[in-house]
Amino acid sequence: MSRRVTPRPSPGLRARLLFAFALLCVVTAAAVAGGSYVQARNAILQRAQDAAVLAMTSRLEALYPLQSATPDQTQLDEIAAAATDQDCCGFAFYREMHSPVTGPPVPGPPGRWGPEGRPPVVDLGAISPELRREVAGGRTAWQRVVLQDGPWLIVGTPLLIVEQGRPTRVSGIEVYVARSLAAEKRSVDELAARAWLTGGAALAFAVVLALLATRGVLGPVRELGRAARLLGEGELRTRIAVRGSDELADVARTFNNTAAELERHVEQLREMEADARRFVADVSHELRTPLAALAAVADVLEEEAAGLPEPAGRAASLVSQETLNLTALVNDLIEISRFDSGVAALTLNEVDVAELVRATLRVRGWSESVDAELAPGVMARLDPRRVDVILANLVGNALRHGEPPVSVRLSTDPHWIALEVRDHGPGLDEAVLPHVFDRFYKANAARARSEGSGLGLAIARENARLHRGDLTVTNAPDGGATFTLRLPRRAPDPDGQINTGGPE
Amino acid sequence: MILGGVSRVLLIEDDPAVREGLELALTRHGHRVRAVESGEQGLDRLRTDLPDVVVLDLMLPGMDGFEVCRRIRAAGEVPIIMLTARGDDIDVVAGLEAGADDYVVKPVQPRVLEARIRAVLRRIGRDQAELERHGDLTIDRAGLVVAKRGVPVGLPPTELRLLLELSGTPGRVHSRQQLLESVWEHGYFGDSRLVDACVQRLRAKIEDDSAAPVYVQTVRGFGYRFGPV
Repeated sequence: MSRRVTPRPSPGLRARLLFAFALLCVVTAAAVAGGSYVQARNAILQRAQDAAVLAMTSRLEALYPLQSATPDQTQLDEIAAAATDQDCCGFAFYREMHSPVTGPPVPGPPGRWGPEGRPPVVDLGAISPELRREVAGGRTAWQRVVLQDGPWLIVGTPLLIVEQGRPTRVSGIEVYVARSLAAEKRSVDELAARAWLTGGAALAFAVVLALLATRGVLGPVRELGRAARLLGEGELRTRIAVRGSDELADVARTFNNTAAELERHVEQLREMEADARRFVADVSHELRTPLAALAAVADVLEEEAAGLPEPAGRAASLVSQETLNLTALVNDLIEISRFDSGVAALTLNEVDVAELVRATLRVRGWSESVDAELAPGVMARLDPRRVDVILANLVGNALRHGEPPVSVRLSTDPHWIALEVRDHGPGLDEAVLPHVFDRFYKANAARARSEGSGLGLAIARENARLHRGDLTVTNAPDGGATFTLRLPRRAPDPDGQINTGGPE
Repeated sequence: MILGGVSRVLLIEDDPAVREGLELALTRHGHRVRAVESGEQGLDRLRTDLPDVVVLDLMLPGMDGFEVCRRIRAAGEVPIIMLTARGDDIDVVAGLEAGADDYVVKPVQPRVLEARIRAVLRRIGRDQAELERHGDLTIDRAGLVVAKRGVPVGLPPTELRLLLELSGTPGRVHSRQQLLESVWEHGYFGDSRLVDACVQRLRAKIEDDSAAPVYVQTVRGFGYRFGPV
């Protein structure tokens, strides 16, 4: 019941929800954006390729009919020139011969023509042997290569010899066209960037959505947590506003019902306890009037007892003695019911603590039998009558139940005074220690009747607490029980107290 | 009202058993006790019997104890000891304000009541001192007369004793505990409200302005002192 509740709903719930939303968004975005990226990229490249092949074929049409099946260098150059346009640069191969390469590729950003406005020229090495083999086999082929200034498309086609009545055959002349794909690459890059951007935006949007959603869930959960905490702290009237009709609303409703039940039960228990205490108070007050009459004549009886014949004399002194005991018991009951009902109030005075202790001992004739170790000049603001009650009880117990020497020691710090009452008897049973301040607690069942009412230590502790101090007990290591009374040097002034500072 | 002699006690107590018990006990202690059961009867007896001390139960049918207390005080300076129920702090304060000199908690042990009665009846020692003058106040310690600007001020014995005690050493601070011992003979742990209530009643009679006292001054946190005037 006293288990500590974590003060906030676990932060893990929010993190988990956020993570789940983000993951969902990333997967979806990757699937959609990634898929369309790949498709668009393929389409762009395919179109570029088709266009290049088409352009090349149409230009080469102009070369037919071939002037010679075995061209010389000049003819090769012409063929290459025919294949070249502003986009592409062409090459022609025949056996070991090839059209000249007019220079290295123009440096500069990929996809930009050089300063002369001519297409850049690629190295012959860019044409791979596999492509050569394919083209030599009589087929038109293409290949994408990445050169230092970007991606290029190389398309190669063999020139064919077509003669009437004879099968078409390969002339042995191969024409290649290199076309820069820089523009396409730019488009594809742009596509990719746009895909990333869309994905990122979707992610951000998802996180915002997730935050909103978690707030919707976590808000009620947090409120529930706060309410449960308040309830645990004893604020039994805590209730939660029930919104909507979802599962959270169900939980809130259940919480409210539980809290209402709890409040009702606690209220019942409190009433029963208050009834019990009121009963004790009422009984004590009712006992007071007959007891007042008895107490008034007890002295008379006591003094006359000696002169009465037996057994009337013994009976008289017994009645007298027990009347005194009964009076003490009823007085203690009334005193403790005043603490219970909260009407006990402090009458504070600035007193010399050592003088107070000495007076307590002197009034009861204990000055000789108690070692008092009292620092002089310690002033404290407290209720001397109540402190006297505490001390008289502690010292009285020590003298009755403990063994001499009994000592009282006063120690101080800037805010507290401590009075230690110690005897040198066997000390208290460890099992008894936690209960010595309980009402009517008897350490020894056989000693059912002792001099005290059984309320003395309970009243002493109530008196200490009324000062906002405390009374504790321990066994000293070398034997004997030690009661320590700790009181603030300035007990808080109760409100409305008539004589806190005296009339002015 | 001679110590050791016969003193007349007026006991006002409604419960017959308590009344009879206290009458029995006080008679045994040598007092002449007149016991009545209501405040009205008590006020009648006050005029005819001229008691030395009144023992007054606060819980009375008809006219309540506080009213009886006020009327007795209005009629003269006879000391009043109230019987209060334990735990009724408000009653104590109200009773003291109504003019009671002291109180005893029920159930009363007769020897405690006896000690209180003796304390309020104790003859105030008459000194050989001259007439003292403190501002407008003259205190005749021999004749036990206090006068303000020449007009005698009627003071009940407890208030008179408190004034004599304080004015005996002008300027010296007396703690409430010391005053309880010397004036009320209560021992160390008496109820300091007795002192505060008595000081208030005394101020009402001798000060020009009770809220700004000149003669009986509060030393906050310590107690009271007389003057300096």
